[in-house]
Amino acid sequence: MLEIVIFSTLNGILYGLLLFMLSSGLTLIFSMMGVLNFAHASFYMLGAYFAYTLGMHTGFWPALILAPLLVGALGALVERFGLRRVHANGHVAELLFTFGLAYVIDELVQMMWGTVAVAYREPAYMREPLFTLFGTDYSIFRGVVILISILMFVALWYLLKKTRVGLMIRAALTHGEMVGHLGHNVPRLFMGVFGFGCALAGLAGVIGGPIMSTEPGMAATLGPIVFVVVVVGGMGSLQGAFYASLLIGLIQTFFVAVNASVADVVNAMGANLDPYGELGRISLATLAPMTPFILLVLILIFRPRGLMGELEP
Amino acid sequence: MLKSLFTFITASLLLVGTAGAAETVKLALIDPLTGPMAGAGQPAFEHLKFEAKRINANGGINGKDLEIVGLDNKVNPQESLVQLQKAIDDGVQFVTQGNGSSVASALIGAVEKHNQRNPGDEVLYLNYAAVDPSFTNERCSYWHFRFDANADMKMNALTTYIANNEDIKKVYLINQDYSFGHAVSKAAREMLKKKRPDIEIVGNDFHPLAKVKDFTPYVSKIQSSGADAVISGNWGQDITLLVKAAAEFGLDAPFYTYYGASAGVVTQLGDKGVDRIYQINEYYGDFEDPEMAKRQVEMYKETGWDFYYLRLSTMLDMLKKAADKAGSTDPVEIAKAMEGMTLETTNGEVLMRAEDHQIQLPMFMSVMKDDMEYGAEGTDYNFHKVARIEREDVTLPTTCRMRRPK
Repeated sequence: MLEIVIFSTLNGILYGLLLFMLSSGLTLIFSMMGVLNFAHASFYMLGAYFAYTLGMHTGFWPALILAPLLVGALGALVERFGLRRVHANGHVAELLFTFGLAYVIDELVQMMWGTVAVAYREPAYMREPLFTLFGTDYSIFRGVVILISILMFVALWYLLKKTRVGLMIRAALTHGEMVGHLGHNVPRLFMGVFGFGCALAGLAGVIGGPIMSTEPGMAATLGPIVFVVVVVGGMGSLQGAFYASLLIGLIQTFFVAVNASVADVVNAMGANLDPYGELGRISLATLAPMTPFILLVLILIFRPRGLMGELEP
Repeated sequence: MLKSLFTFITASLLLVGTAGAAETVKLALIDPLTGPMAGAGQPAFEHLKFEAKRINANGGINGKDLEIVGLDNKVNPQESLVQLQKAIDDGVQFVTQGNGSSVASALIGAVEKHNQRNPGDEVLYLNYAAVDPSFTNERCSYWHFRFDANADMKMNALTTYIANNEDIKKVYLINQDYSFGHAVSKAAREMLKKKRPDIEIVGNDFHPLAKVKDFTPYVSKIQSSGADAVISGNWGQDITLLVKAAAEFGLDAPFYTYYGASAGVVTQLGDKGVDRIYQINEYYGDFEDPEMAKRQVEMYKETGWDFYYLRLSTMLDMLKKAADKAGSTDPVEIAKAMEGMTLETTNGEVLMRAEDHQIQLPMFMSVMKDDMEYGAEGTDYNFHKVARIEREDVTLPTTCRMRRPK
């Protein structure tokens, strides 16, 4: 039992951290520009594919730096030459633009890398166990992924709270016009934030690709969950996104790990449900992929502003 | 004179015209060609096209060329029905599909209905991998022919192998949460109970089809259950990612699978799969038959996919044999000819049983090995034969009571 708890916690945290890396960029972009970027998960996918292709020439570590930079640059270009023009036509146009972009990226990826998963893997030496507990190995790569994620969060926190750029971003979040009037180049700031958010998604792709498999469907699988994170955490709240990511990561892993059915849970709370009935016999493990969406519905009903959000959506 | 010459020319022109149009027989593959399960559909598509060339070089289907048409269904039953209609509208008379018994179930119903309503315009459904046992039992259809052993036959062979291995005491079952996965789990529990009552089933998990990206939570569960062996009917990315996660977490229990040699497994696992992944299938990766070895080498060079689906070759060979025997490419005639037909394959004789249209064939247990003469996916790894289970030990009775056209 203890080993299940330990490994589920580790796996849940790892998954949660990856989710946060994706959703932090999304929530930053949203709070600043008011754009819900539907193509965000596509940038995550591009990160994985870029790292796969670059990695064949440069090796894993340079690709770890180069691929997110490339994705970030691409994101900046999209903002500068696409989104900024569309912006004049209002939010609906922007939404449609990112929606279309997601499709375009999906198709391009299939054309360039094929419809089947590519063999993007971590270097062989990182597949060795970092430690072995109760006969289960925990690979070095997973340790490295956790480390990279934590380092990235510290860097993000430092950037936002301690630097001048961070000050400008935070100011632009709430008083964009004023920052502009003070002589700062707000459009350029927007472009930077959009590119930075995309780069974060790209980084998540680089380290998530080997774990979750690099295939053209990877954006579509994670996309909806990232939106759930942003809504559950509270639109525009980084802190909220962080807690929501970890929460969803842990819930999803623990639901799989627990050997219980719906009836077991409901009956433990005092109800009397037939354990062999249509509803009662469903196991929690089967429900696991649904949990983020159940959480989304519950949050929207009982706490529409999300865990840490300041505004009603 | 001039007039008769003129009629002769127009008549021969017309003849050439109609002959040219009717010279190909279209076989439509309705399978996932994009998306997460494309790894299962794409190699089948390439295999069919590769083997169609051989068939056509040997005189084709009763003199007509065989043409393979690929239609993407994304493993979605609704989408498959749309594609089926499209195929029928294009004059396709033979459809084949394999990935997903959910899809197969929809197709059987649709083909049955179509043939009932459009006599003279029948369509034949050749199933190469959808192995839900009900399709050749209670739900059997005259228009459906299955060229793969069904889930129960595979489990029959697999459990016979496990029953002979005294070291296995605890078995864990993990399968996809739909009709096929449940059929595998049920067959495993029933047959193990009969053949080895001392074996304990320590886990019986179902996970959603093609949705799980990270199997590590399942693997820690298997690990802590203390299982000596895992049985899984998973296919597509669900098997690749499952065994990958197991290897990564150092799970020592061997995996007894239906589709362990699916595209991507060998590349993803490398060394960690050796002696750990077993597969029950109609073929394996030794290629002792020089003719098969030649096809493996050629097909990999031409298409980048391995010669994995021997049953697709069997299917096309049998289609040709039936058409030649019937002297026609009419689906009704071919169906009649195919009933009870035998075919000599590299593994010996196979039989298309007339009662239920379920192929009867020997099965092989193979295990992933290094340094193989013909490696899969351009590596040195492939699946080495460890046991042959004869046709009469694989076969199972059927409950099918087929309604035949008059």
